[in-house]
Amino acid sequence: MFKILEAKFLAPGIKRFVLEAPRIARKQKPGQFVILRIYEEGERIPVTIENSDPERGTLNIVVQSIGKTTHLLNSLNAGDSILDVVGPLGKPSEIEKFGTVVVVGGGVGTAMAYPTAAALKRAGNRVISIVGARNKELVILEREMREVSDELLITTDDGSYVEKGFVTDKLRQLMQNGTKIDLVLAVGPIVMMKAVSEMTRKDGIRTMVSLNPIMIDGTGMCGGCRVLIDGKSEFACVDGPEFDAHKVNFEVLVQRNSMYRDAEQKSLTDFKECQHAAQPAEACVPGGR
Amino acid sequence: MSSTAQNSPNPLPLRDRMKIPRQPMPEQAPEVRAHNYAEVNLGYSPELAKQEALRCLECEKATCSQNCPVGVDVKSFVELIVAGDFLAAAAKIREDNVLPAITGRVCPQEDHCEGNCKLGRKVKPLGVGYLERFVADYEQRMGFHAMPKVAPTGKKVAVVGSGPSGLTVAGDLIQKGHKVRVFEALHELGGVLVYGIPEFRLPKQIIREQVDYMRKMGVEFETDVVVGRTVTIDELMGEEGYDAVYIGTGAGLPQFMGIPGEHFNGVYSANEFLTRINLMKAYKFPDYDEPMLDLHGKDVAVIGGGNTALDAIRSALRLGARKAYVLYRRSEAEMPARAEEAHHARQEGIEFHMLTAPVEFIANEKGWLTAARCVRMELGEPDASGRRKPVPIKGSEFNLPLSVAVIAIGTTANPIVQSTTPGLGTNKRGYIQADEQNQRTTRQGVFAGGDIVTGSATVILAMGAGRRAARSIHEYLTSGQW
Repeated sequence: MFKILEAKFLAPGIKRFVLEAPRIARKQKPGQFVILRIYEEGERIPVTIENSDPERGTLNIVVQSIGKTTHLLNSLNAGDSILDVVGPLGKPSEIEKFGTVVVVGGGVGTAMAYPTAAALKRAGNRVISIVGARNKELVILEREMREVSDELLITTDDGSYVEKGFVTDKLRQLMQNGTKIDLVLAVGPIVMMKAVSEMTRKDGIRTMVSLNPIMIDGTGMCGGCRVLIDGKSEFACVDGPEFDAHKVNFEVLVQRNSMYRDAEQKSLTDFKECQHAAQPAEACVPGGR
Repeated sequence: MSSTAQNSPNPLPLRDRMKIPRQPMPEQAPEVRAHNYAEVNLGYSPELAKQEALRCLECEKATCSQNCPVGVDVKSFVELIVAGDFLAAAAKIREDNVLPAITGRVCPQEDHCEGNCKLGRKVKPLGVGYLERFVADYEQRMGFHAMPKVAPTGKKVAVVGSGPSGLTVAGDLIQKGHKVRVFEALHELGGVLVYGIPEFRLPKQIIREQVDYMRKMGVEFETDVVVGRTVTIDELMGEEGYDAVYIGTGAGLPQFMGIPGEHFNGVYSANEFLTRINLMKAYKFPDYDEPMLDLHGKDVAVIGGGNTALDAIRSALRLGARKAYVLYRRSEAEMPARAEEAHHARQEGIEFHMLTAPVEFIANEKGWLTAARCVRMELGEPDASGRRKPVPIKGSEFNLPLSVAVIAIGTTANPIVQSTTPGLGTNKRGYIQADEQNQRTTRQGVFAGGDIVTGSATVILAMGAGRRAARSIHEYLTSGQW
């Protein structure tokens, strides 16, 4: 059991948890993730690590409500527990002095990009961050990103905060105004990562993306998270999650992530109907919690 | 030839023993079990067990035991069954095998004890596996376990992986007085026994009972620890103070065939397909959250001829598949699966297509599998494995309509431990180098065994390695000599 010490919504549907997880906190490096399972009948899902405190033995994770498991998770509070948390998983981000690095975070992907941006800054890079969200409310970790960036650019789809537009608009501007970019890291929705990748491909700017395929064990055993990289199958959990964006087949990622859409929809609908009937969240899972 | 062995509880002369037919294992009817997840084999009654045990010839040279990877004293435990002392029979097995309820169910006895049984030269061999299972289940039902008492040695051993080899090491070393802690990456204990082998062949309750027994003996378990990521071997031997480490991380990354279309929706590795069902209980969706493709009315094929392949396709049948095929590129004689499983699968209506291999997967415009393009094979000259090499027959290609294909052609080494443990030697395929006799690796105090050393093999071979490792670890801990 992993105890939740703090829980706070950063934005509607996006929550940060501070977990007691001393082993993971000691080992976590930027770019890695955890897999968790909330209760006995639950599924295992990969979750973003935003930060960790090895001294305190705590791990910060950021979760967006998308399906049943994430909705259930985001209904938990300080004092509750999560049955299983395993990690840190995946290869850490490559951190060295590249020169000028552009870190692009879309939506909740900003939480995944944040520790890498911080490490890149510490390694002596000039870090330009671009954070995008649908609207003002959904911009997360602005203060944190500002602290680790030489420059922070923000866009919102609806223009409700800073500047209307997409992260790719800002990236294009940077490329057009002659900024010499040595590395781009993009983390966010697949369409965003693909758009960034298309944009940097022409100029041959090295671009990394953090992929989010369906996963079960996260240790390389099941092969469910395979992604097509340069025409070859690789496993996001052991070979990734970060890959060279220009080699990623994003269409296959979209297609494979749709594999269980019907079942996922059913789980979420049943869960929401149960919650709608004014049941506490724990009454909406088999056997309670 | 004397008519009976001296001091034997068996009153029958040898020729009469051979007249008793091998007692069949009671099992669920094929048409019933093809639609449920309950165990296929129901187990012997005490009467059946005694009757079967009477068939043992009590050979002076017990070739059955010589051919057992963990060296179970078959003759002695069978004699105890004849004498009606089933608990003593269980204790006798436990001297050499800490997981009898498991091996009694999943061991390929035809390759070991039963394959070497002298009865088998004239009639059917003794049902050693069935008898082993009987006494292990009897012991469990009676709630009685022999608890060895030993003085603590003060030494600490970390076991990485709670599969069959790890559990064997833990069970053997705790009985020598060492402190043992087992680290498991998944949330459940048992490794491949839990995620790989389906309920209908090995009920998970059996594994929980075996693990509970070890807990009672003093073995500690910690789940959710991926050694190499959550903690390294060096940290275990450094700040965590372990005197020795055993690596039994098991079969690794699933292999794919490298043919076009393997990324289509509906194409699974056997590990993923079985993990969803066995570990995550996807067959109980929506009571369990893990989703699975709805197989009702769909045609499913597994590619491969091993136990994993048969486990996968028989699971597919139970999930409602309309047609369930095994596609194997060699002939039946080369199929590595346990004979009983192939027999059970046939009874249940699985169709076997031997000398057949897919060359491409075909999908619709949305990326969902619709067929496998297959080719027929013929057997040519023997290959490196000593088996005749399958050669494609020109012009024999055909399309097999399918909604789901499960690839069960083996695994390659998982690199996590190797890549995070400096100085740990590996072979050219990436498996950990370990001495065949004492399971020592190239790092002092670090031992390894099972599939992470040999590549995919069987539960009992992994247990055999665990046994040798436990002996060798004990020797190292008591002598201090590397």
